[in-house]
Amino acid sequence: MTSQEALFNYNLRLGDTSLILAQRLSEWTGHGPFLEEDLALTNIALDIFGRGKALLEYAAKTEGKGRTEDDLAFFRNDREYFNALITEQPNGDYAKTIVRQALIDCFDLAFYSELSKSKDETLAGIAAKSIKEITYHKRHSFSWVNRFGNGTEESFNRLQNGLNEIWPYAGELFEMNEVDALLIKEGIAVDLSMLKANWEKEISQLLAKANLVAPEGTYVQTGSRKGLHGEHLSYILAEMQSLPRMHPTAKW
Amino acid sequence: MQTKENIFSLLSEIPDPEIPVISIVELGVIRDVTFDEKNIEVKITPTYSGCPAMKQMEDDVRKKLIENGFETVKINTVYTPAWTTDWLSAEAKIKLQKYGIAPPEESTNDKSFLTGKTKNITCPRCKSKNTMMVSQFGSTACKALYKCNDCLEAFDYFKCI
Repeated sequence: MTSQEALFNYNLRLGDTSLILAQRLSEWTGHGPFLEEDLALTNIALDIFGRGKALLEYAAKTEGKGRTEDDLAFFRNDREYFNALITEQPNGDYAKTIVRQALIDCFDLAFYSELSKSKDETLAGIAAKSIKEITYHKRHSFSWVNRFGNGTEESFNRLQNGLNEIWPYAGELFEMNEVDALLIKEGIAVDLSMLKANWEKEISQLLAKANLVAPEGTYVQTGSRKGLHGEHLSYILAEMQSLPRMHPTAKW
Repeated sequence: MQTKENIFSLLSEIPDPEIPVISIVELGVIRDVTFDEKNIEVKITPTYSGCPAMKQMEDDVRKKLIENGFETVKINTVYTPAWTTDWLSAEAKIKLQKYGIAPPEESTNDKSFLTGKTKNITCPRCKSKNTMMVSQFGSTACKALYKCNDCLEAFDYFKCI
């Protein structure tokens, strides 16, 4: 693997993770529990879409084969996607969406803060921009975990159930492979093992505050680094890609 | 041959597509221009990563420059340094307030925006400081939703980032 190939794959991983999460979150548009939350999640999805666009634009440039960010988003199949599995999991109820978001926001803030020090100027620039946005995303998801956890029996139960369902997918965020190894050596990628202890500490404090219990067992579902996904991604792509695939030359 | 000053004043005629009382130059998204007689490259930075108005701004910039004699217009999106509300001019802030949007009250230097503790925002209509945040998120990515406890009007606050 050349460093150019590694960087292409790394950009796809980051870009796909943002794109698929944003696509999932945007399913709440018009279905939020009340107007302000509907706007909140739509706004958050929009920020994450924007980040995905910038990253896929850079991926296309790194690949150097004349593809655009739209080609990458709309004309790749599931096995060619590298988004983290946690992002493609169904939204479930609002509590599950929120707890998934809290786990991801906590990771993302630490990750992009480190990435902003990357030797790759484009990645560092996108990361620095993202930190501002993830900061208020995290404030939003953390505050709702707290409110649901300390709310009614119903809200607590829904939150705990959501956590139980999403938990086995969180560990994959920290998985590294030869792409990471190569790019860490060049000062480009973030060493994910350095982020884990802090993430665990912050999340366990959040869970404790909301009276939640992290599920027992240490099973971690992985696969996305190799392009292996559950069935959910295929349905997301079918919906997201159907229009451009039907009219590949259409212009807005 | 155009001068940089001329070009910035041309671009100042382009309104922000979502907040038409201020121009895209006042908004601070136009970072730089490099040009010769026929070709021009414009560096533009997004306010928010996913701001849907960016595409409109690019189209407007392209149209304006072609109308004024340039043959090729290249728009280059740059992310560093990241856009900040600190770049809004004092004049732009007054225009926002007159339009009914409370302008950002703090500088990002005090970092209060990171902790979520914001100052009491002044109601753009009755100027009362007795206001409350309804939601951190508003009608566009750059705004939060507030309510005045005195005149009871809801209003947008241009978030400080």
